[in-house]
Amino acid sequence: MRWLIDFLTSSIGKKLVMSLTGLFLISFLVVHLLGNLQLLIPDGGVKFNIYAKFMTTNPIVKFLAIGLYTGILLHTVQGILIVLGNKKAKGSKYAVSTYENGSWMSKNMGLLGLLILFFLCVHMGDFWYKMKFTDQMPMVTYDGVVMKDLYTAVYTSFSQVWIVIIYLIGLVALSLHLLHGFQSAFTTLGLRHKKYTPLIKLMGIGFSVAIPALYALIPLWVLIKEAANY
Amino acid sequence: MKLEANVPEGELAEKWKKYRGSMNLVAPNNKRRLDVIVVGTGLAGAAAAATLGELGYNVKCFTFHDSPRRAHSIAAQGGINAAKNYQNDGDSIYRLFYDTIKGGDYRSREANVYRLAECSTEIIDQAVAQGVPFAREYGGLLANRSFGGVQVSRTFYARGQTGQQLLLGAYSALSRQIAKGQVKMYNRHEMLDLVKVDGKARGIITRNLLTGKLDRHAAHSVVLATGGYGNVFYLSTNAMGSNVSAAWRSVKEGALFANPCYTQIHPTCIPVSGEYQSKLTLMSESLRNDGRVWVPKTVEDAQAIQRGEKRAEDLPEEDRDYYLERRYPAFGNLVPRDVASRAAKVASDEGKGVVKTGLGVYLDFAAAIERYGKSEAFAAGIHNPSSEKIRELGEAVVKSKYGNLFQMYEKITGENPYKTAMKIYPAVHYTMGGLWVDYNLQTNVPGLFALGEANFSDHGANRLGASALMQGLADGYFVIPYTIGTFLANEIRTPKISNDSPEFHDAEQRVKNRLDQLLAIGGNQSVESFHRRLGKIMWDYCGMSRNAEGLKKGRELIRALRKEFYEDVYIPGSADEFNPELEKAARVADFLELGELFAVDALDRGESCGGHFREESTENGEAKRNDAEYTYVSAWEWDDNNPVLHKEELTFENVELKTRSYK
Amino acid sequence: MKLTLKVWRQKNNTAQGHFENYQVEADEHMSFLEMLDVLNQELIEKKEDPVAFEHDCREGICGACSMVINGRPHGSQAGTTTCQLHMRAFKTGDTITIEPFRANAFPVIKDLAVDRSSFDAIIQAGGYISVNTGQAPDGNAIPIEKDLASEAFDAATCIGCGACVAACPNGSAMLFTSAKINHLGKMPQGQVEHGRRVKNMVRVMDKEGFGKCSNVGACEVDCPKEISTDNIAALNRYYLGQVFGGQD
Ligand SMILES: Cc1cc2nc3c(=O)[nH]c(=O)nc-3n(C[C@H](O)[C@H](O)[C@H](O)COP(=O)(O)OP(=O)(O)OC[C@H]3O[C@@H](n4cnc5c(N)ncnc54)[C@H](O)[C@@H]3O)c2cc1C
Ligand code: HEM
Ligand code: SF4
Ligand code: FES
Repeated sequence: MRWLIDFLTSSIGKKLVMSLTGLFLISFLVVHLLGNLQLLIPDGGVKFNIYAKFMTTNPIVKFLAIGLYTGILLHTVQGILIVLGNKKAKGSKYAVSTYENGSWMSKNMGLLGLLILFFLCVHMGDFWYKMKFTDQMPMVTYDGVVMKDLYTAVYTSFSQVWIVIIYLIGLVALSLHLLHGFQSAFTTLGLRHKKYTPLIKLMGIGFSVAIPALYALIPLWVLIKEAANY
Repeated sequence: MKLEANVPEGELAEKWKKYRGSMNLVAPNNKRRLDVIVVGTGLAGAAAAATLGELGYNVKCFTFHDSPRRAHSIAAQGGINAAKNYQNDGDSIYRLFYDTIKGGDYRSREANVYRLAECSTEIIDQAVAQGVPFAREYGGLLANRSFGGVQVSRTFYARGQTGQQLLLGAYSALSRQIAKGQVKMYNRHEMLDLVKVDGKARGIITRNLLTGKLDRHAAHSVVLATGGYGNVFYLSTNAMGSNVSAAWRSVKEGALFANPCYTQIHPTCIPVSGEYQSKLTLMSESLRNDGRVWVPKTVEDAQAIQRGEKRAEDLPEEDRDYYLERRYPAFGNLVPRDVASRAAKVASDEGKGVVKTGLGVYLDFAAAIERYGKSEAFAAGIHNPSSEKIRELGEAVVKSKYGNLFQMYEKITGENPYKTAMKIYPAVHYTMGGLWVDYNLQTNVPGLFALGEANFSDHGANRLGASALMQGLADGYFVIPYTIGTFLANEIRTPKISNDSPEFHDAEQRVKNRLDQLLAIGGNQSVESFHRRLGKIMWDYCGMSRNAEGLKKGRELIRALRKEFYEDVYIPGSADEFNPELEKAARVADFLELGELFAVDALDRGESCGGHFREESTENGEAKRNDAEYTYVSAWEWDDNNPVLHKEELTFENVELKTRSYK
Repeated sequence: MKLTLKVWRQKNNTAQGHFENYQVEADEHMSFLEMLDVLNQELIEKKEDPVAFEHDCREGICGACSMVINGRPHGSQAGTTTCQLHMRAFKTGDTITIEPFRANAFPVIKDLAVDRSSFDAIIQAGGYISVNTGQAPDGNAIPIEKDLASEAFDAATCIGCGACVAACPNGSAMLFTSAKINHLGKMPQGQVEHGRRVKNMVRVMDKEGFGKCSNVGACEVDCPKEISTDNIAALNRYYLGQVFGGQD
């Protein structure tokens, strides 16, 4: 086991943790998005609410969720430790700073991560916490089955401008985080070659723009729709 | 004092083998008890320290640099010779030996040179095993190129960075021994004096350059691999820190300095651009394979160029003087270094120089670009190519051969050498002279050895291209590990040398007094300004072309400058802190003495040989050697007023002394 | 040309540093270091303390020169060391800010001079092939593919200047370390102890207090020898391969 400890405490080991958890979170982003897009189906929330119930009660999903929480936790804690460690390793800063070498994102992954974290807290407090641990949720009944009406909760939430703004900030941060993070994760794994790296970079840009944009579509859509209803 | 070269008996080709097989050895358990100090981590020093460490000696290694890897050897560009005969072109150990002796104008010791040629092949093997990325052919085998006026292709190279790669190889071997604890490395420690106990070299005094602290280091033997003294000219291709102090301090302790006046002036360097110039940059000799050297035929044209009113391209062919091709039709632009350098000086002295200062000639690639362009076009099946097309194709060929050199030139001068002729001028490059050593590389001080450029041993009056790297590594990897045994085998009963003896304390005090003396002068002129003035005197009176009158005058001027230095130099700061100005001052002080010895030696040598050109000894304007009177090594004992000459007569049993001719 | 220099002055490692302004009159053909020589000459003439900076070869190969010019190690010209930088890259009236390389593993010695011995420590951890003098087989006994030798060479051109660390916002030495590992590891001679080398050099690199690589890429931009960050990716790969496939 000595080797494992040595590895996990080495700089490259720590980075591997970032990369793997990062990629795991990326895959989660896709799944989560597919589910959430059901909010846009104009069926009054039936499909979405059934999906939400499934996601909160199915034992396999529950198990996977624990993995997700651990992933976020690991990624966050390790990320913060790395940023702090690197600050120390750098020591003092230059009087003149330039933006010519290295993208802004790559130098501000910690800040972007914290923004995402802040957003996650708001997001989870708004839905996940309420859904799981309180009974503040409105209820609906489909075919005799009573369930929490997350659909309506989301609509209520997203009709508030300030919530939507927080979401947009969070998603812009996510986009920027991924603009660097996506391809960086592959380099960390050592996956770099002139034959396929350009493709990874392209995919990274596509992913970092498209996924947060689709996420952003949901609150914007709701906000506009609710506004139109008035 | 009788100089004993200690060359072993026997046939030339058998000497080293037999000697190696029969010399006294030090047993492994005894090696552990013997301490060796190695000063210098260039090719010679790093190779020696690593190998002695591998053998089991306790090595302490010193460099004034912040890391062993920064030694001046890192800058060597062109390549390293070895008699591998991989090209099957008739090379052999004998041929390399012969070329080196002849190239050195018959002023080196046969046996040493033969041994050098023998060791050359092992160096390549060793370097390859260390991971030195030499150039290779598509079949995966080592590539060679030809260099400097020899008829075989025996130069191994790593692009234009051969010295860097070889030094990093030696540095890696040294690092391995440091990690093992076999070598204790002292970076940023400058040797400021040699310590002798009972006539034997037993240690050194160093200054920690970060703190200024003086330390006494004792050992059974001291090996100096501290490089050459080309910086006595201030402007040279040597690194700024290269200096003579370690050798010179040893001279002050009784070691002899051999052939100080033998200096190599390299013909293809970037000319001086102004008074502020701090060092000169070499452009590899290989450029002369394709570049044509010329100056304008008339002084009027040259002056117009100097004023910037005309450019090289503006002069039609008939107004140009391709003087090397004219004077030496047989070798043309490929005459040896010393001949090419002097010819450039002659042209510039006639007022035909092509740079602002008047000191520069053209090295023109237009003809090569055109020639290559045409043959490329032909090969590509382009008939009647336009002149633009020819240029384009030709430039591509030139780029593939010399791209990195052209880039370097452009970085420094801001001119594009593909479009306009390069400007070059000779510059001091290498010093063949150095501490006198015998066949074992031991100086006349028992226990004090000298390797690499710091000794005088193998190049005679002129060094062939790609032979310094060979010599440094041969000395370090393959000679000293054996020959140091001839001294140490008799020391196995000597207990650890104490650094607490009166000799050590005296030496430390000597160093301290000297530094205090320098700091106490408190004059008005910077060290740098004295160094520049010394360099100017050296260049003007002891440079490419020397005569008795000038040398006498030069000597007087140096003495006067030395006096002025000790009255008016100003050194900021103190001795017990990081103080680069104090470091420089101590080095320049030594150069001010060496410079005088240089002039004295040049005056004594009334012949022209190799890099030493005496205007009094010429025939039809070409150098004339005088074998009857000067077939000796001049080994000097320093004295402030009258340096004493000791001669080691050179005997040649295997080669016939011939006049070099390149006409 | 008239220039204003804003130079970092720091008496020694423990002293507090600050910027000092100087005016110099330079020539466009001077190298950057010759321009500093002019400044120092003037300071000495005024009996003031000259600016300490490291330099030796002044032709871009020894790796001694080290300073940050307007926020960029070795200045903003690509593939150029400070000593190769010439004043024609600046205009009269410019203000140039000059600072030392900054990283915890490179403590300041004085002014612009820093201590880079942590690099030696990394090499000592395994930046070599274990072969004693005299043990080598014939140079042509191991054929090496030309392209491979050339790739190894590209990595081997590192001059150990530390600009990569200075440029890195994390103070990481991955470019330097990976360059050496790739130089040796790409060739058959270096393969034998490749795994050990990778592990040990990374261990010491971490121990010396360098930061962790975030794949920012600043190192590559400011490396005077234009060493590619592909080397870093390859090191990651080797390291993971060694940990999950190696012997111990
Ligand atoms: C630009 C250039 C290109 C060259 N190209 C070639 C080439 O292509 N082929 C070739 O064969 N030769 C070439 N040469 C010559 C060759 O590079 C040198 O002769 C050779 O490298 C000298 O090696 P060395 O080990 O003797 O000394 P150096 O490499 O000069 O090492 C001297 C060492 O001694 C140390 N030192 C000195 N004094 C002290 C002191 N007092 N205290 C502590 N340490 C001290 C220094 O720190 C350094 O480590 C070239 C030279 C130059 C200048
Ligand atoms: C869904 C959310 C997130 C995703 C998809 C994600 C993804 C990634 C990816 C792919 C990387 C690149 C890993 C590498 O370079 O090898 C990365 C790096 C990083 N992440 Fe995240 N991340 C997320 C949330 C967070 C959060 C909440 C933080 C909290 C601080 C954070 C902090 C960091 C940091 C500091 C790095 C840079 C580490 C380094 O390169 O040194 N991330 N992230
Ligand atoms: S990798 Fe580049 S920047 Fe880093 S030390 Fe080597 S040469 Fe300098
Ligand atoms: S002084 Fe040697 S690289 Fe700049």
